[in-house]
This record gives sequence, structure tokens and C-alpha cells, in this order.
Amino acid sequence: MIATRTAGFDYDRALNTTAAWALALVWFAPLIYAVWTAFHPTEFSTRFVLTAPLTLENFVAAWNAAPFARYFLNTVLLVTSILIGQFVLCTLAAFAFARFEFRGRDTVFVLVLLQLLVMPDILIVENYRTMRFLGLLDTILAIGLPYMASAFGIFLLRQTFKTIPKELDDAARVEGAGFFTILMKVYVPLAKPTYLAYGLVSVSHHWNNFLWPLIVTNSVETRPVTVGLSVFSSTDQGIDWAIITAATLMTSGPLLIAFLLFQRQFVQSFMRAGIK
Amino acid sequence: MGSLSNRTWIHAWLFLSPAMILLIAFTHYPAAVTLFHSFFSTPRGKRPAKFVGLENYETMLADSTFWTVLGNNLWYALGTIPLSIGIAIAMALWVDSKLKGRAFVRMAYFTPTVLPLIAVANIWMFFYTPGFGLIDQIRIPLGFSQQNWLGDPDAALNAVIVVAIWKEAGFFMIFYLAALQTIPTSLREAAAIEGAGRWYFFRRVTFPLLMPTTLFVSVNAVINSFRLVDHIFVMTEGGPDNASSLLLFYIYETSFRFWDTAYASTLTVALLILLFAVAIGQFLLLDKRVHYR
Repeated sequence: MIATRTAGFDYDRALNTTAAWALALVWFAPLIYAVWTAFHPTEFSTRFVLTAPLTLENFVAAWNAAPFARYFLNTVLLVTSILIGQFVLCTLAAFAFARFEFRGRDTVFVLVLLQLLVMPDILIVENYRTMRFLGLLDTILAIGLPYMASAFGIFLLRQTFKTIPKELDDAARVEGAGFFTILMKVYVPLAKPTYLAYGLVSVSHHWNNFLWPLIVTNSVETRPVTVGLSVFSSTDQGIDWAIITAATLMTSGPLLIAFLLFQRQFVQSFMRAGIK
Repeated sequence: MGSLSNRTWIHAWLFLSPAMILLIAFTHYPAAVTLFHSFFSTPRGKRPAKFVGLENYETMLADSTFWTVLGNNLWYALGTIPLSIGIAIAMALWVDSKLKGRAFVRMAYFTPTVLPLIAVANIWMFFYTPGFGLIDQIRIPLGFSQQNWLGDPDAALNAVIVVAIWKEAGFFMIFYLAALQTIPTSLREAAAIEGAGRWYFFRRVTFPLLMPTTLFVSVNAVINSFRLVDHIFVMTEGGPDNASSLLLFYIYETSFRFWDTAYASTLTVALLILLFAVAIGQFLLLDKRVHYR
């Protein structure tokens, strides 16, 4: 904003600051509220008394009411396998698009970009059929497989690879290195910031994903935390909000803590990942 | 076409094929097969699927639920997209300026983005609880009567829209923040010397320069408005009487609750057509109206 230097009180600035803060509080309110409810006994769910006793009972009750440890393990396995798959597949494809001249390259690239529009989330009917055909229903692999060839990842890495000067791989070629060696020794190390950014986006996206895992899983051994939470909060008779908010916080906890710790990197990575 | 270009071709496809196989298996193939299955009946028990031509489409056009859900989805898009983009621009301008406690404000705006929608929908549901929830706790002392936000057909969809805006505005803010930082400071200085006010500067300089970002964000927002249905599962289950059901949620119900997969395929084709219309619209807009980098 333009620095307006006026003598005395700057009304414009004060107004903007107030509005910005008011909006921030509205945006933050649900989280503050969840924290309040989860850490206090049920009778204080809607009574905001500063002297209300703090308790961890709700977390204990939620933890014991559903196999959250298992759900967490599933989510961690899911997110890691998707990330590894994406890194490997997208790196290879992005390298081909960035560095090889071959017939039909642009057409194939358009076919890749189509996935930005038609995400696997939308094609649930046929993808479910495919998973049944492959005998993968109710496995963690089935949740991750449709997302591993990610158009977004291919696009992002291709952009990064294109900025790497070709002289570098010419030099490596003179030394007798093959394409794969050049990729691993030159391109991947230079694209580290992009991998970090993409990794954060991918982990948070798949930690939060719900619809496809809901469809493909039906047992405790495979359900990720999001599906576990939805099962938990819908089967609970006589809704105890304190326990549900505790479970809610647990589900989003690891990601939330990671976000609070690495806030700057998170925001910057989303920023970098978003620039087309 | 020598042997050299053949070798390149083989190399390229060695690198491409793992990703392309999965991409075709889970995007192109299912899209094509969805279209194919939409011309058949749903196999039930011993009765196999048989070709029914356009019958499913006729059913769809006569299905009042389909029209309700489509109307809902358009209203949902219309409600979430302009508001979340407007709020995102305001957020980005604030966070980009010198603001007291900027780090906290930025974090507060962005937090909903990293939280699972399915989890925060729980919190919002609590807010909306009639009489007991936070919103009514504030309203009732002010003399309003108790309101069942999620149970009232007139209010349910809007209640869901509010959650979507809250979830997305901070995400879109990031793109605007990135765009704002590419605007040269010399422009601001020049405008300040000319004595241009802040609002004038925003309207004539900043906002036009943000157009490519707005286009990018709005396409994302449109796709999301058809794709993100997580909160419907927790908050309303599409009810009351389909008042808050969205297209993808209806597809889910048709396929995985009523097991009418052929009809679900037909609905998916309708959704795909909508998405392609968006893409074509974007392409035309991009060509004519926006000076893209």
C-alpha cells in the first residue's frame, strides 16, 4: 500500500487494520472454539468461563472410542506412498517433456493437463469398478494409485526443469553420463525447492482427502483418519460435542502442528506451487 | 526421420510410460467408459446390462432431483466463487501491506486451508446447532428466534456455502499475494507522486494487473465447486429434501447407496460436460480479455 504521510492519526490505516484483524478473528474462531471445547468438560462447551477447569478427558475418551492409532498409521502410509509415487512418476515424465523433442509431445502434454480439469475424484463410479477388477478394493494402494500420476506435479516439475540450462546436461553428456544419471545428478538436486513445495501441497491435500478413500475403504485396517473421523462422529449416539471436537483436533492435529511450526514455508510453498 | 529421432522417441516413452499408464487408467479410460456405460442399463443380479440408447439421459432430464441438484450446484458456485475471490483479494492486500501483527493475520487466514474439510465441518455443524450452537447463542440474546440452519430447506445450502467460502478464501489469497509481489513498486511511487488515492490506484492499476490471477483462481474455484462435497457428508447429507445436495454428492448417492451405476455414469457425463464448458469458457476468455504472461 502507498505510504500516506499525514500528520496525526491515519484513519484509513486504522480502519484497514481493524477490518483485517476482525476478519482474522472470524477466520480463526472455529479453531479457537474447537480448542476451548476439547480441553474443557462438556458442561463448558458453550459457557465461556475463564476459570473453567482444563481437562484431557475428551481426548482420552475419543482415543479409546475409535482405533485412531490405526487410522493415523493408515494415513501416514497413504500419504508417504502417494508422495513417493508422485515424485518418481512425475520426475520421469516431466524430464521427458522438458528435455526430449519427439513427435506428438504437445498432444501428449495436453492429455496430461486434462487431468487438472477431470480429477480422479469425479470419476468415482468407473475408478471403483477398476479397483474391483484389480482386486484392490479396501487397500491403501487403491486410495493412492489414481493420484500418483499427477498432472499438477508433472506440470510443476517440467516448468522447473525447463529453467535448468541445457549446457549443464551437454557437459554431463560429454563426460559420458546417460539420461538417467543426468536426471538424478543434475536435475533432481537443482529442483529441490520445487520438490519441497510440491511435497507440502501433496501431503496436506491427501491427508485431508475424503470422498475417494470413503468409497474404496470399508475396514479399520485401511481407513485413513478423515474417513475414521466421519465414521466416529456419525455413529456416536447422543452427540457429545466435547469428544467430537477432541477427535476433530486429533485428526487435523499433526498437520496443524506442522503448519504452525513451518508456517512460512507452507505459505511460500503454496505460493510457489501456485504460480503458473 | 533418422535412427536418432527414433532413439529419442524410445527414450522419451521410457520416461513417460509409467505416468501415462496410470494417467490413462484413472483419467482417460474411466472418462471414456463412463460415456459408454451411460448408454446401458445397470446390471442387476442375473440380468446383465443391456443397451438402452438415450434412455438414461431421458430419465435424467425428467428427474426433478437432478434439476434441484444442478440448480443447487450453480447457486453454490455463484455464491462461493465471487465472495471467496473478493475476500481473498482483500486478505492479500491487507497481508501485503504494513499491518500490525501481520504474521498472525496471515496465519489465521490460511489455517482453514490446511485443515481437513471433513473435520472442520464438525466444528461448523456445532456452530449451526439450533438453540445450543454458537450462532444462536449470539443471536438469541439479540432478540432473534431459534434457527435450525441446517434443517431448514431455505437456509441449508447457504449455511454450507459459508463454510466453503471460509475454507477457500485463504487458499486463493496465496495466489493474489504472489501476484501482488510481482507488481513493481515504481508504479506505486509514480501513482503517489501523481497524487492518486489508494482506491483509485487499486481500481486502475492493481486490479487490472491481477486479472490473470483472477482468471486462474476462478477456474480453480469453479472446478472446486463441483468437486468438493466433503462437508455435505457431515453437515446435511444433502438434506433436507435435497436442498443442499450437490451434483457429485448425488452421483455418490446414486452409485454407492442406490447402486444404480448406469444412471450415475449418465450424471457423471453431465458433470464432465459442465467442466468442459468451463474449460472452453476459460480458453476464450484467456484469448480475448486477459493479457496473460
